[in-house]
Amino acid sequence: MPETRELTLAEAVREAMAEEMRRDARVFICGEDIAEAGTVFKVLAGLVDEFGTERVLDTPISEAGFTGIAVGAAMTGMRPIVDIMFGDFSTLVMDQMVNQAAKVHYMSGGKWKVPMVMRATLGATRRSAAQHSQSLHAWFCHIPGLKVVLPSTPYDAKGLLKSAIRDDNPVVFFEDKMMYKLKGPVPAEDYTIPFGVADVKRAGTDITIVATSSMVQVALAAAHMLEEHDISAEVIDPRTVWPLDEKTLIESAKKTSRVIVVDEGYGRYGVTAEIASVIAEGAFFDLEAPVKRIGAMHVPIPFSPPLEDATVPNEQSVLQAAKALCGR
Amino acid sequence: MTTAVDRPKTQSEVEAQQWLHMYRRMVMIRLFEEQVNDLYTRALMPGLAHLYIGEEAVAVGVCEALEPNDYITSTHRGHGHCLAKGATLDKMFAELLGKEAGYCKGKGGSMHIADPDTGNLGANAIVGGSAGIATGAALSAKRLKTGQVAVCFFGDGALGQGLLYEVMNMASLWKLPVIYVCENNLYNEYTHNSETAAGDMLTRATAFGLHALSVEGQDVRAVYQTAKAVVDRTRSGAGPAFLLCNTYRFMGHHVGDINREYYRSKQEEQMWKTQRDPIKLLSDWMMSQNLADRARFDQIQSEVKSEVEKAVQFAIAAPYPAPDKVDQDVYA
Ligand SMILES: Cc1ncc(C[n+]2csc(CCOP(=O)(O)OP(=O)(O)O)c2C)c(N)n1
Ligand SMILES: [Mg+2]
Repeated sequence: MPETRELTLAEAVREAMAEEMRRDARVFICGEDIAEAGTVFKVLAGLVDEFGTERVLDTPISEAGFTGIAVGAAMTGMRPIVDIMFGDFSTLVMDQMVNQAAKVHYMSGGKWKVPMVMRATLGATRRSAAQHSQSLHAWFCHIPGLKVVLPSTPYDAKGLLKSAIRDDNPVVFFEDKMMYKLKGPVPAEDYTIPFGVADVKRAGTDITIVATSSMVQVALAAAHMLEEHDISAEVIDPRTVWPLDEKTLIESAKKTSRVIVVDEGYGRYGVTAEIASVIAEGAFFDLEAPVKRIGAMHVPIPFSPPLEDATVPNEQSVLQAAKALCGR
Repeated sequence: MTTAVDRPKTQSEVEAQQWLHMYRRMVMIRLFEEQVNDLYTRALMPGLAHLYIGEEAVAVGVCEALEPNDYITSTHRGHGHCLAKGATLDKMFAELLGKEAGYCKGKGGSMHIADPDTGNLGANAIVGGSAGIATGAALSAKRLKTGQVAVCFFGDGALGQGLLYEVMNMASLWKLPVIYVCENNLYNEYTHNSETAAGDMLTRATAFGLHALSVEGQDVRAVYQTAKAVVDRTRSGAGPAFLLCNTYRFMGHHVGDINREYYRSKQEEQMWKTQRDPIKLLSDWMMSQNLADRARFDQIQSEVKSEVEKAVQFAIAAPYPAPDKVDQDVYA
């Protein structure tokens, strides 16, 4: 019997990195307060004890600099994992990720490659205001050459992060900081989850809810409430927003004929916009209604709790949208 | 000490008044921050806050050297800068509690206090993020010939950000009236700056031709006197300056940072708290010079204490913004 334990998402992420570092001496992590402090969310706690400060490398507060160093190290034989404390600081590393990491392989005619992972956090409702709460993953999806991963469970987080570390391309891996304590079963033996394969988190027949990251939990809670209204909801997590498993999404849409897409990033020009259009194109003749998108309100994230709560999708907003879509 | 009212004040009495004013400001910041910590522990404040306790002399000494319409930019550890520049306690507390009556209508919170009336361009939660803004304000002041200067407060951690070096270079090239005030409290979050800052801090500024000085940041008199000279020089058109203030935060990186021994020792904290407390250093010195007695300081403490209590009560009672305010202020 293979062993399975309950781990938190933080533990699953940590275990993935520890196992990959044991497996491959080229893997190292760099970022702010990651060694003795184990990151501000304690995700890396204890790793420095096993791997030392050269492989769990504390950096100055120089995001552009250490991300650039990771790009160079990745091109020349290492497999760096960059830790960006808050996804909001993506702004500071954009040139390194977008103009350098993403393009090196193509620009060199396929001669150089950049096997690196950038890990960052996303997600609001921590009362951290406009510069520490954003979900900016869509920015990276826009760029050819980058892959973008959004795990929603400890199991997925571990398997996807291992794939990310073994991938020969720059991969951006976003963890919802509000989900670090979420628990779930994780096998003890080695496994990976391939990119571009969506996971049906709950099967259903009346409506499809496509959800990413922590919105998967929101969608599952809404799906549960929808049972009371005799609506059977299917919840699908793409797991990687690029590459995107278009086939699974379109097939589910064809089956249920109604679709909601929920993602914590901004809806406009965002992940929900892309997925909605993929489904509209692929399942047009089977849809009973236009695909409904639910994302963060199009405002900077406010500090004040009643305002902040109003900006984020929740069970109620998904429930109401689903009922409306099903004519209830 | 009693002062005769029927004769003009002596130079030393004028100075004593000014030191007492700075004493009051430092106490105001200290008691404000203690109250913030209390609000956090009682779960009355949403989110976290980065306390300025221990570093009061820097903000107070520097802001005392500024005119009301001079600009500042502040940091995640910004309550002290805002109060020193003239923010009022009630609107500060209200903002920290996310109330409509706060400086930013509850939209900014602890790390984003901004107030045009006191020249506060805003606190910033991006380390080093305000270096451009402060330098830009200096550019305006120069082009518009307003005579203002801009002070950019930042921590030693911000020395890691490239933006700082880009703007110091331009400020020097263009002789902008900006003063970069580095609050060197030895730590970037949970990491000592010996692990993050190579070489010498001050020469980073002199390399760009800035007028750079280092000052004992626990001594408000030293900070004030140095800042005054630097501000006057910069205001006169001599170009940007860099002031390295050596200081220490007495509390955790933020209110939730309780167990700190893995990154700094209790003895170290104890040494700073008992021997380098800026408030005590000032009152001790004034008493040793017979410029004021214990009763005067006690009186200030109790006056400020009741102001703080009144302000916090106001903020607790104040209403949250109505939910429909959420999409206002996105565009001007
Ligand atoms: C660009 C950026 N990177 C990282 C952080 C997270 N962070 C917040 S405060 C801090 C340490 C700042 O140290 P310092 O500048 O010395 O200021 P201090 O907290 O000591 O006052 C860090 C890393 C941030 N807010 N912005
Ligand atoms: Mg510091």
